[in-house]
Order: sequence, then structure tokens, then C-alpha cells
Amino acid sequence: MTVVDIGLPRRLVEFTLDGEQVAVPEGSTILSACKDMPTLCYGDTLEPANACRVCMVEVEGSRTLVPSCSRKVEPGMVVRTDTERTRHSRRMVLELLGSATDLSTTPQVAEWMAEVGADPTRFGPDAATVAQPAHVDNALYVRDYSKCILCYKCVDACGDQWQNTFAIAVAGRGFDSRISTEFSAPLPDSACVYCGNCIEVCPTGALSFRREYDKRAEGTWDESKQTATTTVCTFCGVGCNLTLHVQDNEIVKVTSPHDSSVTHGNLCIKGRFGWQHVQNT
Amino acid sequence: MDLRFLEAAPSTVEQDAIDAALDGTDCGRDQLLPALHAANDAVGWISEGALNHICRRLSVPPAEAYGVATFYSLFAMEERPRKVVHVCVDLACKVNGAEALAAAQTDYVVRSPCLGVCERAPAALAVEAGVGSEYLMPELPLPQKGDPSLRLLRRVGVVDPSSLDDYRAAGGYAALRNAFLLGPQDVIREVTEAKLMGRGGAAFPTGRKWAATAGQPERPHYLVCNADESEPGTFKDRVLMEGDPFAVIEAMTVAAYATGCTRGYLYIRGEYPQAFTRLQNAIDVARERGFLGTNIMGQPGFEFDIEIRRGAGAYICGEETAIFNSIEGFRGEPRSKPPFPVEKGLFGKPTVVNNVETLANVLLILTEGGQAYQKIGTAQSTGSKLFCVSGTVPRPGVYEVAFGTTLRELLDLAGGVEDLRAVLLGGAAGGFVRPDEIDLPLTMEDARAAGTTLGSGVVLVLDGTVDVGGFLLRIAEFFRDESCGQCVPCRIGTVRQEEALHRIVRREGDSQDLVLLRDVGRVMRDSSICGLGQTAWNAIESAIDRLGVQL
Ligand SMILES: Cc1cc2nc3c(=O)[nH]c(=O)nc-3n(C[C@H](O)[C@H](O)[C@H](O)COP(=O)(O)O)c2cc1C
Ligand code: SF4
Ligand code: SF4
Ligand code: SF4
Ligand code: FES
Repeated sequence: MTVVDIGLPRRLVEFTLDGEQVAVPEGSTILSACKDMPTLCYGDTLEPANACRVCMVEVEGSRTLVPSCSRKVEPGMVVRTDTERTRHSRRMVLELLGSATDLSTTPQVAEWMAEVGADPTRFGPDAATVAQPAHVDNALYVRDYSKCILCYKCVDACGDQWQNTFAIAVAGRGFDSRISTEFSAPLPDSACVYCGNCIEVCPTGALSFRREYDKRAEGTWDESKQTATTTVCTFCGVGCNLTLHVQDNEIVKVTSPHDSSVTHGNLCIKGRFGWQHVQNT
Repeated sequence: MDLRFLEAAPSTVEQDAIDAALDGTDCGRDQLLPALHAANDAVGWISEGALNHICRRLSVPPAEAYGVATFYSLFAMEERPRKVVHVCVDLACKVNGAEALAAAQTDYVVRSPCLGVCERAPAALAVEAGVGSEYLMPELPLPQKGDPSLRLLRRVGVVDPSSLDDYRAAGGYAALRNAFLLGPQDVIREVTEAKLMGRGGAAFPTGRKWAATAGQPERPHYLVCNADESEPGTFKDRVLMEGDPFAVIEAMTVAAYATGCTRGYLYIRGEYPQAFTRLQNAIDVARERGFLGTNIMGQPGFEFDIEIRRGAGAYICGEETAIFNSIEGFRGEPRSKPPFPVEKGLFGKPTVVNNVETLANVLLILTEGGQAYQKIGTAQSTGSKLFCVSGTVPRPGVYEVAFGTTLRELLDLAGGVEDLRAVLLGGAAGGFVRPDEIDLPLTMEDARAAGTTLGSGVVLVLDGTVDVGGFLLRIAEFFRDESCGQCVPCRIGTVRQEEALHRIVRREGDSQDLVLLRDVGRVMRDSSICGLGQTAWNAIESAIDRLGVQL
């Protein structure tokens, strides 16, 4: 998270990263010192869930690999990010995820898979998956859990880390775990306030704007034709930053910059979805 | 919090049961599990109305309470018959006719993972809403009952487990008295000198754990007695709790005194009705007689009390950090370590977690001294150990032997085995021992050298009649069912492991399936969050590499 640090300067901690001496502020994670470390469940505005295990690294003296997203750097630590062992782990994690989940809208994952040679089809055509019909139960957004990797980000954004609405939680256990409202109630019957902060943090496209979902279904969703313009929301005096994603002169989705000190990426229903009126005038 | 609740209302029975369970407590989130139990016990399932009422009483968001309730297999989220019979289909029962027993039931059957009564396999537990639970098998006396060499088991089956006076007449509360004479630091010194290693599976030195907690300036400190005992084939803690419940309470009190805890939780698996009742009685009686509460045994300023928590059907809740989440009213998902429990455990405070059998040893150390204690067993594995002998043996049961006793000697105690095929040592997360290896001395170090572990003391015997493929499949199925689902290697890896094993056992597999098993096993071991995923491939790997099981 890009937080403006106005406290005392933090002490530096030195450690070895892939053979090089590196110094990072005390309390930093290993991930923060890495360039281009793949991760799915890490969120720049959220506490690490360290659930996806894509970012595992080798730390000397540790029996198992270590999640770089949450492990804090300690003085003298010796970390390796690219070894046979880390590559095997990353390949397998991506293969397992890809074999169970539809990753077709997860940015970058195809590149990571190619890099480590992951082949999710090797588990055979009968491998169990989380495929299921999408929940299209309201006009604003769609929950397509066939794409869900259970990264916990939406739950954390909806719950005590940001929104404090607690409309969704992880239910069930093991492979049967899923994001759910109470008794799987449709969203309109749940506590959801349609802030869309869960969509903002979802790394896979499992949660998406209804407009995006419909356009993808029609085959008219085209990110190469989209522009993004950041402006200030006019609905109230808080002054949230909005980024309007426009395709063919139509606002197709609204996000908010995660480094905005006003929103940290979070909006309310008006800023997130209240732009239909712009089109209608 | 401005919470939104469901419309549904509870029935009078549900409401009364929940209110009775929450009566007199300060009604925080940590009462969620007891409240869910109350509803489920009263009517046999958790309705929308019941969940809603619990959420209102405890200010818990309904989506989260639903997430917690659905985590546990003992809670039904749909109405089902008031009486259900949990038939164990796990390892020891599987090789002793579990399927036939399941087929013979006239009541609604739930196929269950190990019920922790493997010596009476095949096992079944009948649970009736509003009534209670009972085992459907006959009682079985302790095989070594009356043997003068027994230490941990010496009172089991001999004293009346409901009587504090009997317990005291048989040496009870001498250890706590000695502890008070020594003072906390010297208690820890004795335990360290005894070289006591944890009996919950990880064999961590208890003295070190206690010293680390005692030294934390932050207060309060908590003590958790881990009585979740859900590793398939494990039933030793149940035998101790049923037969010598006051010893568990006394040992927890000693541990609390040494480590500066004022509050202890005894987390017992939900499928142990008799142990639960006897422990609850022991706690009530001890409190009444001044052995719990303030100024225990007249010791000025020492205050300690115990609350029992029932698990609800989730093996993972025995993991030392998952147990915290379960007690606090969250899903029983393990936490990432560091920070370790001794620093940040239950409710974020320094916490000691110890297994029941570990604690039982503490009483011996405090009555005979650490020096004398460590003379029993071997240099590295001190004291005696409870082994849970089950499977195809004539006299299954819990046996107490000194560390260093050989596997052959132990099996002879249990009546010997003809046509031995293999012994699964250490449980589902352990490994196999071949017939030519049964002179293995039972110590932590010898087990490790032999590529397995003593784990929680499982000794599961398989003779030539056992279908090893089916047995391995059951192990794979167990891990798939019991994975909490939090991390990818374990959540999906355990499913792929089971699928590949299925193909191999059905002879539809090819050599690629073996490669796949090893690849999946390796990532589970390397990159899972907790011990469940990290060990989910151990037994299967051992069967392939050490038994030479032709898959
Ligand atoms: C999946 C899993 C399940 C466990 N279940 C139990 C259990 O039921 N009882 C237990 O005492 N320890 C269990 N453990 C071990 C605990 O994490 C912990 O090491 C132990 O309770 C510490 O007590 P000890 O030092 O006295 O052995 C389990 C560990 C894992 C990874
Ligand atoms: S839209 Fe907001 S309130 Fe609704 S589920 Fe998402 S984060 Fe929660
Ligand atoms: S819906 Fe998206 S954010 Fe939520 S757990 Fe699934 S992948 Fe993560
Ligand atoms: S290893 Fe398995 S049981 Fe442990 S945290 Fe991961 S998913 Fe849960
Ligand atoms: S009670 Fe059936 S295997 Fe343990």
C-alpha cells in the first residue's frame, strides 16, 4: 500500500536477496523488496492473507518455503526467489489453480504459467473443478465463482478491513469452501450495500461489473479500446477519486486509485455505480 | 456495528436452548461455537431462525456465523432426522467391518472420520437431538489394567473418575502441592530437566515452550489443553480423560501456575461425550472444593479457572493455531507462523498449548522429580508413552510402555500378529513399517531414522487380509475432507492426490500418475500453511517407497 509515511524514519534491515545485499525499512515484507514477484492473494490495500501460495520463496534455515507476501524481513536473512524448489512450487500451485478454476480473466497468470511451464490439463479431464453458474442476481455486479481462487480479498474488503458490512464470508471447508452470503441468500437479500469494493480487489474477475459481464458475453469487451480517466466524484463532499474506464464513449467500469489517500481504492454505491446518469444526458 | 439480520425467527425450543447456553456469559463472539452447539443439540440442525437469533445475541454478522457453522461437520445446515448414527469408516474401523455396520443401521447414518474409539472398532456413536450421545459398542477394559509398571494409566479403571476424594487418595494433587513448594521457575526447571517432549505429534520440548511463555511480559497468558484428538487411530487422550479426569485438571493447574496463566481452555473434540461429561464434573467439583478459582489449595494470589470447549467435527482444529480461531468464534483455519503462540496466541495473547498426555506426564515429573523421570526411556525420548494399538490385532487398546520398547514387544502385548503386512506408525500423517522392521525401538529418534514418526502414538496393524490400496485411498480421502481449504497446495492438492490414487487403485492409472503424486506431494509439503497439508502425502509416499506397494 502506498501510504504516506509521516512517522519517524524506520531503521533499515539488511538481508541477502538472491545473493545481493539489500536494505529495507524494518517491518517490510520480503515481497516488498522483490521485483516482479507473482502473487494473486496479496492486495496493496489489505492485510496479507497468504493463502494462494504463488509467492513462495526459500529462506535459509526454514524447513518449508515461506510466503514472501507476509513474512517480514529479519536481519541477516538469506532469501532465494528463483531456485528449482521455488519454481517447482510455483508451477504446481499454478497448475492446481488452473486445473480447478477458470483463470481466463486473471491478468498475467498466463505469462507466469508459461515461465514455469505449468500445464493445468495434466490432471486429466475428470479433475474436479469449481465450475458453477454465475450469480447474476442484481443489476450492478456479477459473482462468477467458477473464477474464484478463494483469495479472501473480497471478504476482507467487505469486512473489518474496509467496508464493515460483512455481507460475504468464506463458507464450507476444504475444496468445498466458497464465498457466500448467509445460507447462500441472493445479494439483494443480504447485507450488501453495493459499494463494489470487493470488485475493486478481486484479482481474477470472479467479481465484475454487470456491464463488463454482459459485454464479455456479447463479445464486445475490448480493453485495448478503453481509456482510463481519473477525476473527483461529485456526489458528495468527501472528494473520492474515481477512475472512469471508457470504451466506445461509454463508461464501462469505475475503479479508484489504491494510492488515493481519500479512498485507498474504496468507493460507495454512488461513485462506483452511479454513473449511468452521465450516459443518459 | 450496524448489522443486518435475516427475517427468520427461531422456534421456542431453539431460542430457549440458545439463551440457556448464553446465560450468564458476557456474550462475545467467542460464545459462537457453544451457541451453535446448543441449537444443533436441541433440534438436530441449525435453522436460519436459530442462526439469526445467535447472531443477534452475539452481534456476529450472519454471513460470518454461517461461514463458521458450515466449517464443522457435526453441524447440519438442513433439517435431518433427530437421531443420527455416526458410523466410523476410518482406518481401524475400515479394516474391521465398518461398511457392514453402516449397512446394518436402521437409523439415519452419517459416515464419519475416526471417532477416536478404534480399540472397539467398528465404532458407532448415536446422537439424538434433545437427548444426547452414546456409543453403540460394548465397553472394553484397559488391557494392562492393574499392571504395576503403569505410570500414566495407573489410576485408569481403578479409581472412581467422578470422585475427587478417590483421586486424592490415589496420589492426586500431590504434584500441585509440590509445584507450590518449588515456585513457578523451578517447576519449569524440573520439566526441562525431565526432557519432556510434547505428545501431541510435534515432539516439541515442553520446558522450552513453558519458559518462553512465562517470560512474556504481556498479560494475560492463556493455557489451552489440546484434547481435540482427531488423528485417525488415536484414542489415548480419551482413555486418560475418561479414566482419570481430575489428573487432567490438576496438570492444567500446574501448567498454569508455572507459566502465569489465569485462564485455561480445555478444547475437546465434539465426539467424546463420556470424556466431556466426566471432565465437566471434575471441573465443577474441583471448583467447589477450592482446587480451581482463587487461592487454590490455599496458595495466596494464585488464581486459575478452566472452561471446556467442545469442537464440532474438524480435525484441523487440533492444530495449535486453528484451535485459537475455533475458540474465538472464527473458522478453524490455522494462522500463519510467526508469530508463534507463545508470543501471540489465543485472543492475541501469549499462550501455551499442550496435549493431554503431555500434561499428564507433568504430574509424574513433579512427584518424582525431573532427574528421576528422565531415567525412564532413552536419552532423547524420556519417560513412557501411550500407544494406540488398533487394526488387526487380538487385543487392541491403549498400552503404556517406556520409550525404547520395540514395536515387536508392543505387538506381543497386544496378542501378536500373524501374517503381518505392515504397521502404520504415527497416524495418517505418519509412515509404514514393514514386517522385517518390527524390532524398531519406539523412540522419537529411531522412528525418524526409519522414515516415520511416532506422531500421536498410532500403531495401526494391517495383516495380509487388508486391502492396502483401499486403505491408502481412505487416507487420501481423510485429508481431502479435513483440509480447511485456506491454502491452494492443500485445498486442491489433496483432491488431486485422491483422484490420482483412485485411478491407480482402479488400475486405470499410468506411470504419469506416480509423477503427479510426487509433484503434488512435494508442493503440499513445501508450500502448505500448516502441518495438515505438509504431511498429507507422508503415508502414501511411505507406502510407495518403503512398502513397495505395487500401485
Ligand atoms: C492438522 C493437525 C492436527 C493436530 N491435532 C492435534 C490434536 O488433536 N491434539 C494434539 O494434542 N495436538 C494436535 N496437533 C499438534 C498441535 O499443533 C500441537 O503441536 C500440540 O497440541 C502441542 O502440544 P504438545 O507440545 O504437548 O504436544 C495437530 C497438528 C496438526 C498440524
Ligand atoms: S459490494 Fe460492498 S457490501 Fe456488497 S459484497 Fe461487495 S464489498 Fe460487500
Ligand atoms: S471472488 Fe475474487 S476476491 Fe473474492 S475470494 Fe474469489 S477471487 Fe478472491
Ligand atoms: S495446509 Fe490445509 S489445513 Fe493447513 S491451512 Fe492450508 S488448507 Fe488449511
Ligand atoms: S474409531 Fe474408527 S478408525 Fe478410529
